[in-house]
Amino acid sequence: MGNILTLVLKRLALGVFVLWIVSLIIFLGVSMLPGDVATEILGRSALPETVAAFRRELGLDLPLHVRYLDWLSGLLSGDLGNSLANGRAISELMGERLGNTVFLAAVAACVAVPVSLMLGLLTALYRGSLFDRLTNLVTLTWMSFPEFFVAYILIMFLSVQLGWFPSLSTMRPGNGFGEALHLAALPALTLTLVVAAHMMRMTRAAIISVLASPYIEMARLKGATRYSLIVRHALPNALAPIINVVAVDLAYLIVGVVVVEVVFVYPGLGQLMVDSVQRRDVPVVQACSLIFAATYVMLNLIADILSILTNPRLLYPR
Amino acid sequence: MMNRENMSDPRDDVVLEMRGLRIEGQNDAGWVEIVKGIDLTLKRGEVLGLIGESGAGKSTIGLAALGYARPGCRISGGVSLFDGADLNVLSEDELRRLRGVRIAYVAQSAAASFNPAHRIIDQFVEVATLHGACDAATARQEAVALYRKLRLPDPETIGDRFPHQVSGGQLQRAMVAMAMACRPDLIVFDEPTTALDVTTQIEVLAAIKDVVRDFNTAAIYITHDLAVVAQLADRIMVLRYGELVEEGETRRVLERPNAAYTRELLASGAARRVGSHVGRAILEIGDVSAAYGASKVLHDVSLSVAEGTTVAIVGESGSGKSTLARVVTGLLPCTGGTVRFDGEELKPTLRERSSVLRRRIQLVHQTPDTSLNPRQRVDEILGRPLTFFHGMTGAARKERMVELLDQIELGEAFLQRYPGELSGGQKQRLCIARALAAEPDLIICDEVTSALDQLVARGILKLLMRLQEELRVSYLFITHDIATVRAIADEVVVMHQGRVVEQGPKEEIFVPPHHAYTELLLASVPQMDPDWLDTIRQTRMAPAQS
Repeated sequence: MGNILTLVLKRLALGVFVLWIVSLIIFLGVSMLPGDVATEILGRSALPETVAAFRRELGLDLPLHVRYLDWLSGLLSGDLGNSLANGRAISELMGERLGNTVFLAAVAACVAVPVSLMLGLLTALYRGSLFDRLTNLVTLTWMSFPEFFVAYILIMFLSVQLGWFPSLSTMRPGNGFGEALHLAALPALTLTLVVAAHMMRMTRAAIISVLASPYIEMARLKGATRYSLIVRHALPNALAPIINVVAVDLAYLIVGVVVVEVVFVYPGLGQLMVDSVQRRDVPVVQACSLIFAATYVMLNLIADILSILTNPRLLYPR
Repeated sequence: MMNRENMSDPRDDVVLEMRGLRIEGQNDAGWVEIVKGIDLTLKRGEVLGLIGESGAGKSTIGLAALGYARPGCRISGGVSLFDGADLNVLSEDELRRLRGVRIAYVAQSAAASFNPAHRIIDQFVEVATLHGACDAATARQEAVALYRKLRLPDPETIGDRFPHQVSGGQLQRAMVAMAMACRPDLIVFDEPTTALDVTTQIEVLAAIKDVVRDFNTAAIYITHDLAVVAQLADRIMVLRYGELVEEGETRRVLERPNAAYTRELLASGAARRVGSHVGRAILEIGDVSAAYGASKVLHDVSLSVAEGTTVAIVGESGSGKSTLARVVTGLLPCTGGTVRFDGEELKPTLRERSSVLRRRIQLVHQTPDTSLNPRQRVDEILGRPLTFFHGMTGAARKERMVELLDQIELGEAFLQRYPGELSGGQKQRLCIARALAAEPDLIICDEVTSALDQLVARGILKLLMRLQEELRVSYLFITHDIATVRAIADEVVVMHQGRVVEQGPKEEIFVPPHHAYTELLLASVPQMDPDWLDTIRQTRMAPAQS
């Protein structure tokens, strides 16, 4: 277990370093965009004096490195800062949005992960059958469409024609769970369709590559049933790659939702980030990207720990 | 409760009867017959040895005894009667109910055939409970009893370990125990000792012999080593290209073989070299130590190789033989001592050595399959060192490549082929040619014949000896096979746990008195004599009892 602890500590330290690099890149990237929050808010016709005064008020006249260090010291003392656009505290601004995004991701994950793992197992089990080929064809097709296209197709059929779900997912704080679920259904379904294909195909590939091992042949010669062959003999040895794919896809559900949120006008972090980039609201963009980056780092760390825990060779060295 | 009663008619003593068995394998051209009509009868308690080189179809026949054909193979004809039922027509589900219970299988590599995700004893219990032979607790007791019977260390607890935590020989015995779980009528042993050291092989052979005799189990024992099969089998079938060459009682086949091919098999390993003249030392290793991280694997090893001679390093796996090769080639810097080549001290790492020195020392690996780039044609593989070391291009290079191919007894036609189109022996010849292309003074041969069949291996050894006579190249020959050492070495260095325990001219090493470890190593090599295993076990037990 000692090696897991060292791994966790090492990776956390590395994660902090990654977050710092990300914040630097985002900061420089946004400041390289033409215009800043003052010109965006005041508009093109504003007088140069007004713009200059507004800049001074927001501290935008200070040199780049001073502003970055300011922000960094605030972050280290636990203060994400205030939005430049409306002056509200970023933590408050993001709290609700983050909740929405996590809710959406969770709904999508609860459907996508079990379904795609099951399909992966079944297609591996009945490799080459009609079921296998059909599943592959359908999932591959969904995977190949851009997600906004999938989203509009779903809106057209399930919302416009059948009227089962709303096409706009305007979540409000007062919504009950059932209502929230109903509102989030279409974006969640879109995300599910996009990530499930990936997870299912990787599960199938991992199981199939393990099925070629001598110990699987041995299990067959021991008289193991088909079910035991897959679940008891193949699956435990295919877990590591599967876990890693699931982690990447879960991260995608949090980070990659931008387009889907925009299509459904879903009030999540992705939507907030897009708006903030447009307004050149650097602190908000910074905070969003840090959360996205942290999600990646944490999910990958969890995946690595699980891979070790499921592999006796790593867990019990000779 | 696990003791199965004999379900077949007690008068009918035949366990398995195969008639006209035909099996086809798929290749690019379509289906090709690889087993061409084999008849085989096995009585209760009888051990039948199937022997032949790879490609003889012996494993395929062994698996057919479980009604199984590997992917890409199919049983295309004949009948395999087991307990009155034809295995070739039974459904997958009916076969499943026979496998593990009444017919069991012991694979060549236990390390690859045990599931790495489960504890050893759980894999034993699985067989017993899967078929409803007994409950898990009883199966555990049974497993421990069998582990004890097979003389595994710590029988009470060894099953709780994972496969990677146990040595190869122990794992192989655990697999024999697993095969015995339901007291099957028939066990197929598919080269169970081929991957083991001679010293470990004895233990596994003895364990197999005991359980098969005590439980009166019929067995098919597949191997390419006649001396091994001589210890166990009552009867031998010699196979070649999927056809029967000769069949008979073990002693008769060994003493009076009828077929020319059997005589050839018996004689393999008989290639012997006659002494050569000792020149100046080309390689001198003085007090070399080396370590992987914190674990020291070489302790003050000293030896020298004279020009145009062969020094064989023998020892079981883990003795540091290959590590020494890595030190000489510069792949692993030594932590102490010196390596001198042609009077000049070698720098510890490859990076610091001049390209001339690198050219003069070449390495040939154990497995030609993995040491040749599958995406390069023969002309690229051979052309590269010619250009790199000698700056050859165009027609001169082509001419030299053809010359090299002639030296290894392959022709110009091979230039355009990929390694995948060559046989194992041809690949190893190509590796030797690649080393020769550099025009080296010293070739380090790391177990170059251990992945090959006896006859192919003998061909490689003959080639190496001929090349040495023609080119005066020196060999540092690493092997665990004593027969190979006898065949080609001038000097022998015996290594054990990273130390040299004995060294000297071959004539002295192989003549008593030996160092205790050399004695053990020499005595562990199976002899053709069918009584050898019993004799050696008695002599080894005797001092322990007194």
